[in-house]
Amino acid sequence: MAFRLKLVPEETNIDFFKAQVVTFGVSTLLAVASVVCVLVMGLNFGIDFQGGTTIRTESTEAVDVGAYRQAVSGVVEGDVIITEVFDPNFRADQHVAMIRIGAQGEAESVTPATIDAVEQALKGVDGSITFPSVESVGPKVSGELIQQAVLAVLAATAAIAVYVWLRFEWQFAIGAVVSLVHDVLITIGVFSLFQLRFDLSIIAALLTIVGYSINDTVVVFDRLRENLIKFKTTPLRELMNLSVNETLSRTVMTSGTTLIALVALLVFGGDVIRGFVFAMTFGIVIGTYSSVYVAKNVVLWLGVKRDWTKTKDEGPAGTQFATKAD
Amino acid sequence: MLQIASWKRVLIWLVVIAGFLTALPNAFYARVEGHNDAVAAVEKSGVQTPESEAALAAWPNWIPSGLVNLGLDLRGGAHLLAEVNLAEVYETRMTALWPEVRDRLRDARDEVGTIRRAPSAPDELKVQISQPAGLQRAVEVVRGLASPVVSMTGVGQNDLEVTGAGDTVTVRLSEAERTATDDRTMQQSLEIVRRRIDEVGTREPTIQREGDDRILIQVPGIGSAEELKSLIGTTAQLNFQPVVRRTDNPNEPPGSGNMLAPAANEPGVYYVLEQAPVVTGEELTNAQPSFDQNGRPAVSFTFNPGGARKFGDYTAANIGQLFAIVLDDEVISAPQIQSHIAGGSGIITGSFTVESSTELAVLLRAGALPAKLTFLEERTIGPELGQDSINAGRIAAIVGMVAVVFMMVASYGLFGVFATFALIVNMAMILGAMSMMGATLTLPGIAGLVLTMGMAVDANVLIFERIREELKRGRGPARSIDLGFERALSAIIDGNITTFITGLILFFLGSGPVRGFAVTLVIGLVTSVFSAIFVTRLLIVMWMERRRPKTITV
Repeated sequence: MAFRLKLVPEETNIDFFKAQVVTFGVSTLLAVASVVCVLVMGLNFGIDFQGGTTIRTESTEAVDVGAYRQAVSGVVEGDVIITEVFDPNFRADQHVAMIRIGAQGEAESVTPATIDAVEQALKGVDGSITFPSVESVGPKVSGELIQQAVLAVLAATAAIAVYVWLRFEWQFAIGAVVSLVHDVLITIGVFSLFQLRFDLSIIAALLTIVGYSINDTVVVFDRLRENLIKFKTTPLRELMNLSVNETLSRTVMTSGTTLIALVALLVFGGDVIRGFVFAMTFGIVIGTYSSVYVAKNVVLWLGVKRDWTKTKDEGPAGTQFATKAD
Repeated sequence: MLQIASWKRVLIWLVVIAGFLTALPNAFYARVEGHNDAVAAVEKSGVQTPESEAALAAWPNWIPSGLVNLGLDLRGGAHLLAEVNLAEVYETRMTALWPEVRDRLRDARDEVGTIRRAPSAPDELKVQISQPAGLQRAVEVVRGLASPVVSMTGVGQNDLEVTGAGDTVTVRLSEAERTATDDRTMQQSLEIVRRRIDEVGTREPTIQREGDDRILIQVPGIGSAEELKSLIGTTAQLNFQPVVRRTDNPNEPPGSGNMLAPAANEPGVYYVLEQAPVVTGEELTNAQPSFDQNGRPAVSFTFNPGGARKFGDYTAANIGQLFAIVLDDEVISAPQIQSHIAGGSGIITGSFTVESSTELAVLLRAGALPAKLTFLEERTIGPELGQDSINAGRIAAIVGMVAVVFMMVASYGLFGVFATFALIVNMAMILGAMSMMGATLTLPGIAGLVLTMGMAVDANVLIFERIREELKRGRGPARSIDLGFERALSAIIDGNITTFITGLILFFLGSGPVRGFAVTLVIGLVTSVFSAIFVTRLLIVMWMERRRPKTITV
């Protein structure tokens, strides 16, 4: 037999419900904590959602945040946030900073005069400074972008719920949605806790997490459906354990390859998309966890109607999935 | 059992080859781009220069030459989201309507008495009459000015809505006319923005309507959003208006039918002008940067015959008077009419620089924007930052690919090699499909590509795991492989459709880079299902036919 990398032993028989009080409890706790965290600490919204201007500066001289702040505060009103950016890909003499200025006007993004004034002021501090990117969003658009983003996440979740309901049963749809909400909430919670910048690309990442997590969940559900047909009298709980164990090797393998690709992107992909990639990486981990520990617990709790042949019967004899048997 | 019809095999190979061929140009991006530019240039001018010939020869014609468009965040350039102030046009319409309404009502003076324009909201016209008894008649008279709306939806409706109350007649545009006007305003604005950008001649700008009143403008390669804004942000409404008097008082009441406008180059100087222009910029046929007799930069212009006649008549009748050249409500210059100006051409002097006179000429040639633009969003990305992102993305993609391949081969041996080949086919097909569709690759799109790499092997993992299970149950190799593919299919389909749904929602609700991400994700899903199911299966079947192994290890 040739050598094979085995991330998961050939036969596993793990009882995934053994510690269900703990795992489900921790999940619930984390989800609630995330909501509280967002309510208390808020999110560090990027200009997409809040309006304002970000200027990326690059210089051959080291960034002096204090001097930058002084220069910029002198010419604009409102908050100025300056952060230095570090990245392993930068050259030794490449010093990058992000300057964030709050929204200035009503609807308009920014006046040319403001940007010009800021750029001139910064040139006064550091002659070699350049501005590789200047982005500005007016408050009018940012308000709409928030609405659109929330709508996108809700629409995706609803569409998936409907699809899973059609393909499986309503219990599965609820299980899937609960696990999706769990993933999204906790990911947003992490962004709130560490005050990472939350912008439009993070919404894209959230939707990708939704897509990935549901993919994972559906694979387990698919196996469960098959086992429900095969073993008509086995208790649901055991069947669920069996299904997860059977698909465990695949779950670990797919999460593994996806995580490897994402980690490569996280390390080498540059600082511009780091937040986006971080959200996805975190989401893949939590999404994999939730399809094993959250989705099916909900289904178990709701129960699956396994008898569709007789009305008001006691034994779990028939099954609605009795379309094809092995 | 484990058989694939010959025509299917041929079809699969053809699709794979087409994928590689269409993806190929992207490996020689600069060369193919030069080739495509040369083709376009030769087509346009019909002349072949040595350079264009060299560029043409650099890429053979029979190989596809479609390229993946690089998004602004990768190529560098400027992005603007502008809102068209649609209501402004209603106001212009009402102002233009007043003289007509006045004349009509004057004709009916016996019944309505004297009339005057009452203050009103900018998008309506209120006329007060001194004999309220004649209100009915006044409304009728004004209604006579209305004409049917020309549009798809507003058939049978008039463009004006005239109501009377007490002693006041109120005129406003009807709903149908507003819709039709909005649409026309948007079309005109789009057209003019496009003409202005084309005048500068940059590569592949994107100018498209977003929603009801917005225009999205993306110009790759332009230095900054400010440059773009100054080019398209000016309305460039040029008017030739009679001067009533000159004043220093910015608050001077101009009087009925007149307006007060500041002088562009003399601070503190204002002109009282007649509101109705003699000639407008719409009647210009040409404008060129030039120099006046003192060698200072100026703009020379030519009127069309109608404009030339009006201008000629006016100058003949008003020798010695001042008239103003007004651009966007600022007086550029107010020369005295020395003599009758026939022929319909003239020169605008003011304190121009060579650049500003060139810019004004461009703006005048392209025409005036019907309404003001407000910029809601603007982004400038420098070309170096884009190149850095491409390089970073490339390194990440290579490292990710190597890692995924290593993991697959280590886990599944020869079958992992098959999956690797399918993965390469998948990547080529994504790039190929994007090139053919002219889709745009953005930085999140590169991330989507790397993510797809990780997720694309999922289908193969599902299949291989199933084959392992079937083998464990003691089935023969061929039967196991067959069942593995069959049984894994429902999970693959369900998983991909759900992801597909989120991808579609991302595409329709997202914008810019996010939409680019959605495009790569969705294309990647389709191609990955093809490559994982068809290509891998074909490879396995071909291997089985050659080797006819008694046992297999997955």
